[in-house]
Amino acid sequence: MLNLLWLVPACPLLGFLVLFCSEGKLSNNRVPWIGAGSVGMSALLSAGIGVDFLAHNPDQSVFRQMLWSWIAVSDFKVDFALYLDALSLTMMLVVTGVGFLIHVYSVGYMADDPGYSRFFACMNLFVFAMLMLVLADNLALLFLGWEGVGLCSYLLIGFWYDKAENGHAARKAFIVTRAGDTAMALGLFLLFTQLGSLDIQIAMSKAVAGWPPGSSYAVAASLLLLGGAVGKSAQLPLQVWLPDAMAGPTPVSALIHAATMVTAGVYLIARTHALFALAPDVQLLVAAIGAITLLLAGFAALAQTDIKRILAYSTISQIGYMFLALGVGAWSPAIFHLMTHAFFKALLFLAAGAVILSMRHEQNIFNMGGLWKRLPVTFWTFLIGAAALVALPFTSGYYSKHELLLAVYSASPHGPWLWAAGVAGALLTALYSARLILVVFLGPERGQVKEDLPRTITIPLVVLALLALFGGWLKMPLVPALPALDFPEPESAVVWTTALMPWLGIVAAYLIYGRGADFIERLSENAIVSGLKRFCFNGCGFDTFYNRLLVQPFLWLAAVNKRDVIDSFYRDIVALVIAGHRLLALTQNGRLRWYAAAMVCGVAAGMSWGMRP
Amino acid sequence: MTGVSIQHALLLAALLFVLGLVGLLVRRNLIMMLMSVEIMLNAAGLAFIAAGSRWGQADGQVIFLLILALAAAEVGVGLGLVMQVYRRFNTVDVDRLSEMRG
Repeated sequence: MLNLLWLVPACPLLGFLVLFCSEGKLSNNRVPWIGAGSVGMSALLSAGIGVDFLAHNPDQSVFRQMLWSWIAVSDFKVDFALYLDALSLTMMLVVTGVGFLIHVYSVGYMADDPGYSRFFACMNLFVFAMLMLVLADNLALLFLGWEGVGLCSYLLIGFWYDKAENGHAARKAFIVTRAGDTAMALGLFLLFTQLGSLDIQIAMSKAVAGWPPGSSYAVAASLLLLGGAVGKSAQLPLQVWLPDAMAGPTPVSALIHAATMVTAGVYLIARTHALFALAPDVQLLVAAIGAITLLLAGFAALAQTDIKRILAYSTISQIGYMFLALGVGAWSPAIFHLMTHAFFKALLFLAAGAVILSMRHEQNIFNMGGLWKRLPVTFWTFLIGAAALVALPFTSGYYSKHELLLAVYSASPHGPWLWAAGVAGALLTALYSARLILVVFLGPERGQVKEDLPRTITIPLVVLALLALFGGWLKMPLVPALPALDFPEPESAVVWTTALMPWLGIVAAYLIYGRGADFIERLSENAIVSGLKRFCFNGCGFDTFYNRLLVQPFLWLAAVNKRDVIDSFYRDIVALVIAGHRLLALTQNGRLRWYAAAMVCGVAAGMSWGMRP
Repeated sequence: MTGVSIQHALLLAALLFVLGLVGLLVRRNLIMMLMSVEIMLNAAGLAFIAAGSRWGQADGQVIFLLILALAAAEVGVGLGLVMQVYRRFNTVDVDRLSEMRG
C-alpha cells in the first residue's frame, strides 16, 4: 500500500489535467465526479497508507519513494522523491481529508457558477501542489509545491475576475507572498552553497554537524526561511494579504486560507526544525512574531463587520499560536493545533458560506440576526466550530490549544510572557467568536433567508463538526519526526487560568453585545473608542503603512519614469537622425540659383584647399 | 608692336569669367543666365588664346575653335529648353521654376 504513495498527488493532478483540457465543455453533472472524485481517491489512498504506515512500524519509520531524477547537474542533484514520516502523513491526511470535504461542499455551493469546471480545475491543481509541498523529500520540490499553491491562490482569489477588486486582492496576495518567497529562495541558495544538498534530511544533518549553534550561517538561513514562512502563513509583517483574499469564493477561503496553504509556513519551520534549533535567537523571533500577530489579529477581528474577514483575522491569530509554539520548541503541539485548526476553521468558513448563501450573498453581520431558528444545521455546526476555536473543554481545539499554551509557559525563560500573550489572545478569541455568534445567530431576526441547503453542503458541515468535536483523539505520534517535549508541568494556577480565560471572554461578549445594540452605540460615541475601532477595522494600520511606504513611492517613481529613462536614450538617437535628415533636406529646395551658388562655393573651397602652401 | 603680356590677358580672362559667374548667380532671367554662361565660355577661350600666343603654338587656337562649337551647341540646346520652360511655366523667371514643396 505504501508504494501507492505517488498516486496521492497524482490523482488531483490528473483531475486538473482532465478539467483543464476539456475547457469547460464537460457537463455540470460530470465535473464534480472528476473534481471531487480525484481528491476523494487521494483521501482514501491517504487513509489506507496511513493505516499501513502506523501499523507496520510505529517508531523510527520513514518511507521514501523515489520517482525519477529531476535535475542532475554536476554537484546539484534534485530528485522527484516523496518522503513519508509522521509529520508529512499528518499533513497529507489533513490536506486530502479536509480537502475532500470542501470539494464536496463546493459541488453544491458553486453549482450555479458559470466557471464550475475552472473552479474544480484550480482546486485540484492546488491540492496537487500542496501535496507536493508536504510530501517533498527535498527543498527544491517543496519550493515547487510552494510556488504552485501561490499560483492557485492567485487564480482562486481572483476567480470572479470580472470584478476589478477581486483581481486586486489576488495580485496583492501574490505580491506579498512573493516577497516572502524571494527570501525563501535566498535561504535555499544559502543552504545549497554551504551544505551542498537540498535533500532535507541530508541538509539538516550536515547543518547540525557543521554549524555551531548561533553561527551566522544558521541564523541567516533560518531567518530567510522564516521570511518565506511569514509570507505564506500571513504573519507579521506580511499578514496584509489574507483579509483581502476573502474576495474569493468561500470554499477557497476554507481550503486555502484556513486549512492548508497558510499552514505551509508552519510545516516548513517544523520540517527544518533542526536548523531553527541551531539559531535560538531566530526561534525566539518566531515566537515573538507569533505572539504579536495573534494579539494584533485578535484586535482587528473584534472590529470587523464582514463575516469572512472576522474569520480571516481569526486564522491569522490562530497561526500566530502555531508560530508561538514553534518558537519555543513545542513542535508537536504546534502541528496538533494545525490539525485541529484545519477542522474547526474549515468548518467555520463552510458554515459562514452556508449563511452567506442563505442570506443571498449578504456578508455584513449587522444585517443578519436570529438565524438560529431559521438555519438550524448551520447554527449548530457553526456553534461547534466556534466552541473549538475558543477552546471550550472537550472540543478538539481545547486539547490542542491548552497543551500548546502550557508548553509555551514552561518551555523557555521568556515563557510566562509569551504564555500571557497567548492567554490574552484566547480572551480576544472568545470575545470575537461570541460576538459573531451573538450578532449573526442570536438576537432579533433580521434579513431574508432562503432556507433549503443541499445535502452536499450540509453533510460536510456535519462531518467537520464531528471532527472538530472529536478530532482531539486523532492525535498522531509525531515524536520520531519531531523532537519530544520534555517541559515540566506548570503550576495549577497557570493551568486553571488557561482553561477559564475563554469563559471570561464569552461572558464579556455577552455583556457588551448581547444586551442590545445601544450599549455599543453609546460606547462608539466616545472619540477614542471610535478611533480605536476604525484603526482595528483597517487591519491595525498596516495597509496604510505599506501604502505610504511602498505603494505611493513606487507609483511616484513610475510616473516620473513615464518617458522611461533607458528607452529615451534610443528615442534620442532616432530624434538626432531625423534632425540630421531635416537639415539635409533643406539643400533640396529646387531653386536653381541656390544650386549654382552651392557649386561655386564648393569650387572656391576646393581651389583654396588646393592652393594651400 | 610689342605683344601683350600674358598676365594682362589672363587677368582680363579672369575678370570676364568672374563677371560672367556673378551674372549667372545674380540674374533671374533664364536668357540672361545663358548670356552670362556665354561670357564665361568666352573668357575661358581668351585664356587659351593667351596661352597659345605665349608658347607660340596653335593649340590655343584649336581649343578656342572647340569652345566656339561647344558654345553654339550648348546655346542651341539651352534655348530649346528655355522654349519648353516658357511653354510650361509661362515665365522665364528661374526662381518660379521650383516645384519642390518644402
